[in-house]
Amino acid sequence: MITNMGPGTNNNPNQKNSLEVAKKCREHILRMTSWANSGHPGGSLSAIDMLVCLYVERMQVQAEMPRWEDRDRFIMSKGHASPGMYAILREMEFINDDDVRNFRQLGGVCQGHVDSKWAPGVDFSAGSLGMGLSFGIGCALAARMEKSLRTIFVMLGDGEIQEGQVWEAAMSASNFNLDNLKVFLDNNGIQNDDFCDNQMLMGNIEAKWKAFGWETKTIDGHCHDEIKKSITWLDSIKGKPAIVIAKTVKGKGVSFMENNPAFHGAAANPEQLEQALKEIYG
Amino acid sequence: MTLAAPRDGYGSALLKLAKNPKVVVLEADLGKSTKSCWFRKEHPERTFCVGISEQNMVLVAAGLASSGYIPFASTFAIFSERAFEQMRNGVCRPELNVHLCGSHGGMHTGEDGSSAQSVEDLAIFRSLPNMTVIHPADDLSAEELTIQLSEYPSPSYMRTTRNKVPRLYEDKIEELKIGKGVVHKKGDDVVIFACGIMVARSLEAAEKLSEEGIHATVIDMHTIKPLDEELVIAKAKLCGCAVTVEDHSVIGGLGGAISECLISKHPIPIENVGVKDKYGQSGKPEELMELMGLTVDDIIKCAKKSIKRRS
Ligand SMILES: Cc1ncc(C[n+]2csc(CCOP(=O)(O)OP(=O)(O)O)c2C)c(N)n1
Ligand SMILES: [Mg+2]
Repeated sequence: MITNMGPGTNNNPNQKNSLEVAKKCREHILRMTSWANSGHPGGSLSAIDMLVCLYVERMQVQAEMPRWEDRDRFIMSKGHASPGMYAILREMEFINDDDVRNFRQLGGVCQGHVDSKWAPGVDFSAGSLGMGLSFGIGCALAARMEKSLRTIFVMLGDGEIQEGQVWEAAMSASNFNLDNLKVFLDNNGIQNDDFCDNQMLMGNIEAKWKAFGWETKTIDGHCHDEIKKSITWLDSIKGKPAIVIAKTVKGKGVSFMENNPAFHGAAANPEQLEQALKEIYG
Repeated sequence: MTLAAPRDGYGSALLKLAKNPKVVVLEADLGKSTKSCWFRKEHPERTFCVGISEQNMVLVAAGLASSGYIPFASTFAIFSERAFEQMRNGVCRPELNVHLCGSHGGMHTGEDGSSAQSVEDLAIFRSLPNMTVIHPADDLSAEELTIQLSEYPSPSYMRTTRNKVPRLYEDKIEELKIGKGVVHKKGDDVVIFACGIMVARSLEAAEKLSEEGIHATVIDMHTIKPLDEELVIAKAKLCGCAVTVEDHSVIGGLGGAISECLISKHPIPIENVGVKDKYGQSGKPEELMELMGLTVDDIIKCAKKSIKRRS
């Protein structure tokens, strides 16, 4: 078996410019939701810059061997952000244009919510919020028992962390001193029905994670420079789990979607798509 | 007759399984009760105590399974229900071989009262695709079936029980196989399908029936899913009437499984001994069995009723 060499050894053959990849990914997100006339563009656009930086610069995964045992894991716990996941998997060549074209269609590997049984490169079957961090703990414990250098990355939504199970997991991760478990919180301030503040006042989110024993860092989740530095920071934390709280804009990159709860789970119509693509590449 | 607690079989199986380095154990502050504590004592490095967090435990187990480990997680049967959706979405749907054990199942749990008396666990877990559901009758079969689970290619739910019950498998262990019912007594007047602690009671009922010249077949249906349809249909054809017996709701458990099978494959009269859609209360196990209609006499009555309906 090929061994994971740990942080700093990402050797993707097609080292690409992350900003260019992010643009292409935004196009995928907008097109696939528009074609399907459903899906979740908002939380995909807020998460995509982190996904791109992770996959392009940090993660050790292999498109030709998606089930490589010692790969780094990426657990998209907010599974409705599947368009974002499929966009980066397309750019990393785990899936192809046909797969993307068949997003949400019968028999397609790009299921409505990310599903490990369907799409190569998907490590966790999500869709029900609040479960991914616990799953990540299981993966991290396994990696530690094997003395593997692989890293387990988890992405959570800010609405998602209202689920009690997330805090059961937060407590467990620090109980087990899991420093191979690294989390990104997509703190876009919006959930399904409305702005988070109108649904549930969560107070100081960073203080809560700290209180649960985590190292925390707040960043601008769209600035690639900051994201890449935060990845290096995550890798530097030893002895405890660490979380990056990424301040993001839901729908980022498309003016009429930005910070608009209506585009949590609604796609652009054909005219809107055209305008959106102009804005992305403009 | 030797008496032993079925949950002890789970604990001793884990110890025997420890030679497989991929076997790991998870508990949620009930290891002393489910008996996974025996494994924890010997193999602390492979035991993960997650505190009182059943939902978390199930997904941590799923993560371990996805990484090539064979996780055995346990709590009380009733609290496994809290993680039902986690079992559905996080375990069964992605087909991760997590083995969840719920101990202290059924009315027989007794004094703790209705909050602890799970009588719907078999029903809910049986409804999940890709799932295996097992409820052993004694400690020896609990041990053997747990050992078999470690190599069984599906997630599972096993219900064990706390109180000591008669050993039935002293010289029948080799007949045990996941998915295959075990015939404990032969007769062609009525077939009694039972699981868990009700198997011993069903045998007692069959003894009494034979004194009256009624000969019953008694089968331990330790695996409720996948159901041993071949055996169920064969015995239904032989006897022409049936009784199902379980310390569980009459809705959706063994009675449900057998009825669903026979209604379409070989319809015959079926009587269900089980909890009639209600909650229990505190009391001695035997008092509760009486109150809920789970006694040897109840089985005898249902057998006679079933025979009567056939003719
Ligand atoms: C357990 C559960 N409850 C409800 C839902 C329905 N749902 C899907 S997305 C969503 C809002 C999620 O908000 P957030 O985590 O902030 O995601 P993001 O803003 O990044 O899209 C809800 C309530 C779900 N998928 N799972
Ligand atoms: Mg949000």
